Amino acid sequence: MTVTAETTGPAPPVVRFAVTPDRYRHWRLDVDGAVATVTLRVDEHGGLVPGYELKLNSYDLGVDIELYDIVQRLRFEHPGVGAVVLTGGLERMFCAGANIRMLAQSTHAWKVNFCKFTNETRNGIEDATEHSGQTWIAALNGAAAGGGYELALACDQIVLVDDGSSAVSLPEVPLLGVLPGTGGLTRVVDKRHVRKDRADVFATRSEGFRGRTAVEWGLVDAAVPRDALDDEVARRAHEAAAASGRPPDATGVRLTPLDRQDEGDTIAYPYVSARIDRGRRRVEITVSGPPGAPPDEPVAQGAGYWPLAVTRALDDLILHLRTNEPGLGIWVLRTAGDPGRVLAYDAQLRERAGDWFVNEVRHYYKRTLKRLDVTSRSLIAVIEPGTAFAGLLAELALAADRQYMLEGVYEDRDPDADPATLVLTPANDGDFPMGNGLSRLRSRFWGHDWELDAARGRFGEPLDAAAAAELGLVTMALDDLDFEEELRIVLEERASLSSDALTGMEANHRFVGPETVETKIFGRLTAWQNWIFVRPNASGPDGALRRYGSGRTGDYDPERV
Amino acid sequence: MSTDSRTGAAPAPTGPLNRVDYSQRIPNNVGLAGDRRLQRALEGWQPKFLDWWRQLGPALPTKDVYLRTAVAVGRDGWAHFAHVPMDEYRWGIFLAERDPDRKVHFGKHKGEPAWQEVPGEHRAALMRLIVVQGDTEPASVEQQRVLGDTAPSIYDLRNLFQVNVEEGRHLWAMVYLLHAYFGREGREEAEQLLKRNSGDLNAPRILGAFNEATTDWLQFFMFTYFTDRDGKYQLGTLKESAFDPLARTCQFMLKEEAHHMFVGTTGVERILERTAELMREHGTADVFPYGGISLDVIQRYLNFQYSVSMDLFGSEQSTNAGNYFTAGLKGRWMETRREDDHVLLGVTRELRHVEGGEIRTRTVPLLSALNLDLRDEYAADCAGGVRRWNRVLAAAGVPDRLHLPHEGFNRKVGVYAGHHVTPHGEVVDETTWRAGADAWLPTPEDRERVAALMIPEYEYGKFAGWIAPPRTGINDQPVEFDYVHLADEGLV
Repeated sequence: MTVTAETTGPAPPVVRFAVTPDRYRHWRLDVDGAVATVTLRVDEHGGLVPGYELKLNSYDLGVDIELYDIVQRLRFEHPGVGAVVLTGGLERMFCAGANIRMLAQSTHAWKVNFCKFTNETRNGIEDATEHSGQTWIAALNGAAAGGGYELALACDQIVLVDDGSSAVSLPEVPLLGVLPGTGGLTRVVDKRHVRKDRADVFATRSEGFRGRTAVEWGLVDAAVPRDALDDEVARRAHEAAAASGRPPDATGVRLTPLDRQDEGDTIAYPYVSARIDRGRRRVEITVSGPPGAPPDEPVAQGAGYWPLAVTRALDDLILHLRTNEPGLGIWVLRTAGDPGRVLAYDAQLRERAGDWFVNEVRHYYKRTLKRLDVTSRSLIAVIEPGTAFAGLLAELALAADRQYMLEGVYEDRDPDADPATLVLTPANDGDFPMGNGLSRLRSRFWGHDWELDAARGRFGEPLDAAAAAELGLVTMALDDLDFEEELRIVLEERASLSSDALTGMEANHRFVGPETVETKIFGRLTAWQNWIFVRPNASGPDGALRRYGSGRTGDYDPERV
Repeated sequence: MSTDSRTGAAPAPTGPLNRVDYSQRIPNNVGLAGDRRLQRALEGWQPKFLDWWRQLGPALPTKDVYLRTAVAVGRDGWAHFAHVPMDEYRWGIFLAERDPDRKVHFGKHKGEPAWQEVPGEHRAALMRLIVVQGDTEPASVEQQRVLGDTAPSIYDLRNLFQVNVEEGRHLWAMVYLLHAYFGREGREEAEQLLKRNSGDLNAPRILGAFNEATTDWLQFFMFTYFTDRDGKYQLGTLKESAFDPLARTCQFMLKEEAHHMFVGTTGVERILERTAELMREHGTADVFPYGGISLDVIQRYLNFQYSVSMDLFGSEQSTNAGNYFTAGLKGRWMETRREDDHVLLGVTRELRHVEGGEIRTRTVPLLSALNLDLRDEYAADCAGGVRRWNRVLAAAGVPDRLHLPHEGFNRKVGVYAGHHVTPHGEVVDETTWRAGADAWLPTPEDRERVAALMIPEYEYGKFAGWIAPPRTGINDQPVEFDYVHLADEGLV
């Protein structure tokens, strides 16, 4: 087996995912009534890491973090926006995709994590179109190459300028020896229904296709002359906005800066905390329940609304740990608080689902749970006295790879505590579907409908350890004599296994049942891409990725594997 | 406590001694009284153990037996003698004293402090090692279950029972580790130790040699000499373990194992003494007609027991053994006294194997051949015992000698498996081997002739005609001491 040496670029920085619009370096957001315009104009010298220039509107993680922030703010801060136009701020170039020098100098882990985040952001764009009444329309004012075209593919509609030169293309295979891994291959055939042979031609032709052919093949929805582009896009945007169910007069909820305290190896947000144990290569994450009853008007609490505050903190924590703490292979998930209060919020999220703000909170929590599902860490839920795995918080336990539940109480430490319970609600049965389109409960009991029905029959009921074990909701229910020792051994054992094998194993077990565009992207496309990334044909000294821009193309080993 | 005027009071135990309520029954030095988890586990397990003992332990009904009981780890405490009804034997839990400064002294963790708890990384492997070791302990009790019916003397009967109760205690020792350190899975494995039974078609013991029936006392002595000695060597490797509780448990077990060796060594020795006596008296090698066991039959029993015991060491080349060593789970025999780096990367040794119809050697990494390393130590030890036996023959003026067969003889495991090697080390074809087998391994007829001699002798101080009495009794008691009180005194 050939092992490719990791590229020795500058050490990756600690990445912060929290940004605010006043600090965008690469994007501009203009809101005009029901239509927002998001313009990409990358600051060439604004790379996250030294060593490359972001020419031709190419992007790196920093550019994408801003885009993610825009997608989020449009949904929460701009309830009146029903259509979003995505366009480029350079002449004749919409976006050239991910910066190749950046990719060439990055470690494997950095590339993988970068792709995961960009994929999640593009899925978020589709989620906004589908569930938020914010239809994204790509206005390609110039060439859209590679990741640039993949960005367009995430939009509901693509309008390409027909100027005789601007093309859409996926040049990764012919030029770089890698895949268009941000959903490109998948969306061309699965979303835009481009015929297989044409997709094959398209993805091996570095110059791509222009105007008429691009429309004919289904690569774009329309190709219009330069002087008609704005009108065509505006027409489509207004049409989409008119069909949107978003409230034109509602006041948005400002996503105020996160209250995050980092102290040594602890990270604390108002309802989420993480304690890092580097020696044991794990992090103990605790999500706390609400301080009281839910408010009459959720939107009035804004970013302080408990489910939103929890979600934002979790989202930031997941991204932080994933990017900046790759050595912490095990996440131990706990909850804390009064399950009754959690259930009150759980009910409100369902009863008020028609409210634009509550709808956004629900979908944001859904997306955050999906982030957890595709996180390459072992997730272990610990259910013990004082925890509040109920309804939406029980999703954290169900998202985990294993669930350990204490039967009874810790006799020596707190004999008078109430034994832990687990409470399922309809929230676990469809409110927060996974990427495969199934609820976590349904995924858990895939092929065992009678077990699913048995669990459904107990919604709302506090299930003690015996009942939870009986229903198959926990991996192990142990009393206090065995619990801590078992957990210690399990976690140590886990930490001793191959991190790569665990990542692959977990990703396989977590997604049962049907394939969707999402599961294909995170499964098939990503797995192949990550394999190709470590192969010499891409990243070896003579590989295409390494040689890009050197005036020489890659020398390939012709042998098929 | 059962002492009486003849045996006197037990010596006062020294060393830490801890008794919980039911601990009159479970002497221990593991703090059982303060360990709720262990108490619960043992409460669940002990009745099952007693059931097992009643069903599959010694079949001969006895009132009581003069037994050694370990009541503490100190000098006197571990060997406390008294007449005890066997099912009231106090199976205790003892670990050798802890050395707080003990370090791991081999493998990749060399120099680190010994482990006081199971590292998660090694849970599965450690549990497997303990289960395999634990599985052999009750197996031999099951194998020897009916031997009491044909005991050559009350003295030998007592020794059999002593071996049996101590194998029972060794089971306890392994069960203790499973209960104390391996959680629920450990408890389940502990129960399985009682569910598998020697020779049971559906749930046999794990290792082959422990599913062979012990047909007679000659085989019993051979078993305690050769097969229990394998146990001694396995314990010796576990005594080196980085997992300190396992190391300390095995260290203490080795003390008791020495007695089992003694029973085997002296048992065979006494048979030889009697055989030589009869050979001289009657001027013939065939002493069966005179109530003795012929030397050639003894040699065949030896060949059999030695070869099946050699199989217990596993394949000469074993990835597992190397992994266990490197991980610190299992050392070599006398690891601390070996003069090398105790890591063994790059070290090689010679391995004999069969190739092209002859035995050749090739060089292999030592790490991959640690089973062989241990087996060689064992074989050297066995040879010492055979020399001792031969001195008995020489002293009696008999020119014949016993020999250990070649390491490749009658092997079912490892590099010799599938080949046919004679006791003298010649590689032959299957036909030749089969033709010679009756001369090398006990035949049904041999076993029948030995079995015919197995008539119980329960009178105090008397011995069956095929075995000489020992020079001395147990614990300074006379040979004719009433070591066992049978339930039905009418048998005497």
